[in-house]
Amino acid sequence: MERTIYRELKPTPQLWFVAFGLVVVVVAALASVIHVEHRGHIATGMTNQIVWGLPHVFAIFLIVAASGALNVASMASVFDKTQYKPLSRLSGLLAMALLVGGLAVLVLDLGRPDRLIVAMTTYNFSSIFAWNIFLYTGFLAIVAIYLFAQMSRGVTSEVVKRVGLVAFLWRLALTTGTGSIFGWLVARPGYDAAIMAPLFIAMSFSFGLAVFILVLVALFRLSERPLSDQLLYSFGRLLAIFAAVVLYFSAVRHLTNLYAAEHAGFEAFILAEGGFQTVLFWGGQVLLGGVVPIAMIFHPTFGKTRQAVLLASVLIILGGFAHIYQIVIGGQAYPMPLFPGYEVSSGFGDGAVAQYSPRWPELVLGLGGVAIALIATGLGAKVLRILPTNLSDANMERQGGNG
Amino acid sequence: MSREKLSGAELNRRDFLRSGAAVATATLAPGVTLMAFGGSEAEAAADAGKRWGLLIDVGKCAPDCDACVSACADENGWKGQGNPETDAQWIRKVTLKNKATGHEASMPVMCQHCEQPPCVDVCPTGASFKREDGIVLVDKHICIGCRYCMMACPFKARSFVHEPVVNQKTHAPRGQGTVESCTLCVHRVDAGGVPACVEACAATGNGAIIFGDLRDPESEISKRLAEYPSVALRPDLDLNPGVRYAEL
Repeated sequence: MERTIYRELKPTPQLWFVAFGLVVVVVAALASVIHVEHRGHIATGMTNQIVWGLPHVFAIFLIVAASGALNVASMASVFDKTQYKPLSRLSGLLAMALLVGGLAVLVLDLGRPDRLIVAMTTYNFSSIFAWNIFLYTGFLAIVAIYLFAQMSRGVTSEVVKRVGLVAFLWRLALTTGTGSIFGWLVARPGYDAAIMAPLFIAMSFSFGLAVFILVLVALFRLSERPLSDQLLYSFGRLLAIFAAVVLYFSAVRHLTNLYAAEHAGFEAFILAEGGFQTVLFWGGQVLLGGVVPIAMIFHPTFGKTRQAVLLASVLIILGGFAHIYQIVIGGQAYPMPLFPGYEVSSGFGDGAVAQYSPRWPELVLGLGGVAIALIATGLGAKVLRILPTNLSDANMERQGGNG
Repeated sequence: MSREKLSGAELNRRDFLRSGAAVATATLAPGVTLMAFGGSEAEAAADAGKRWGLLIDVGKCAPDCDACVSACADENGWKGQGNPETDAQWIRKVTLKNKATGHEASMPVMCQHCEQPPCVDVCPTGASFKREDGIVLVDKHICIGCRYCMMACPFKARSFVHEPVVNQKTHAPRGQGTVESCTLCVHRVDAGGVPACVEACAATGNGAIIFGDLRDPESEISKRLAEYPSVALRPDLDLNPGVRYAEL
């Protein structure tokens, strides 16, 4: 049986080309931050009605995907699926990188990003945001220890398993915290639901694995290392199951809302009358991000191809963006009932659906977060022994890793 | 000597010392105060024995009158740029139409100064805070501009400062990139006065807004609340706002 050998990425022209492109995006994002800082948030499409916009959609996607990207490591060390073990290191690295990218977007969109030190030193513990600061920094620390344990020669697999268990429990807490940012908002009809926490956990499993698959394939292609088809197919099947779980929790969320007359207006907005939001829900989240990739993966012939797994991953990421956009923007656009039983109107959009058109600084900042996550992943794989040299089908079988 | 006759300076000093904030606070110039190690002048001036509130008589509020809005903007220096979506709106006029009867009413909506303010609960740094006398404020020194309070407020009472600010008032500091809302004219209240909107409404002859101490059973606002029916906005949330509406 051949041992798994981990080696740094070799600097090839393609690698430098990709890195250069990503750095350009990050520089553009920083320029947009300076622009917004100088002119104020008037330079964005965000308003006093839609107070969280595209940057938050990107940030939440990246943060949710971060915890999900740790799935592969968790499956290997906590659930003893040894065939995933060679990819545990990449799983941990990607999880940290995505979180850093997401947090960067969140922090750089603050009205006063220069006051980050205030956020790190002054806490109000009745705020889930304050708890999240600990959940996020704690996640980075625990996954770093997890990665170190995996890469150290002297650490036994029993210790790795225990650290892995802590990391797994922590990532569940982290995504619960992220979902609760919305779940605990009592004022808005689109939020205020306990199901937000498990829904976000399901989303993290699905989006995180989709991002992991694409990054894995890209890194192996850039470094010209063989990658097992069987491994990809097994990731694909897992991805389809996670996507189905997201659909399930979404269905429960909306059906529960439909049952309560007070939420009928919001549900009508999302499911039927909301224009772009309705298109995002049915077309983006349900169809492109759910039904189509699931059908592709379970298709008897097409499902057994790399293209199916890669396309399904791309669709689930796009559907995931649509899903988060519809939660973040849709939840704010639908008017709050200022006085139940009355129709409200004012010069400040009371009683009316709020409009939102994102502007380029927001989009560039969001893409900057994605670029930061990808650069951090590539840099990690370049300087650390993260990626196995050979994950060909033959090599995987030789290792007999079917756990 | 009754409380009201005490000079502002004496009242401030006593409350100030009690708050423990004195050691950490230095006045640099009129209106400019350096604060460190927690506590603030605004908090120190609050009297825990009081709860300030407003009673808005919707029956007396004229639909075409916005004297309260203009007075607030003048008093606190938040005049907008003509873009209602991004301009600060500490107070706004809202029209309510009863879905069943078609009856219409007009009334001002501002920060409701809740007893259980969701904005204070969700603020990660504690910049949103409630004084002991019930006035909900934003500490502009520690607001990081995350806008979570705006997500949480059921009344859309808070505004994010989207553009550079000019012509600030020393008693109502504002800052680009931070969140702000009705302060119940805390600078006037601490000096024994009434909020600008109340004064302006009285000057029009409508007299639709009454300001007073909800804890004092002898205050006009408490007597009126005890005598006539009134409602709170979003009563389903059980936030016990300090602003009440009557004759709706």
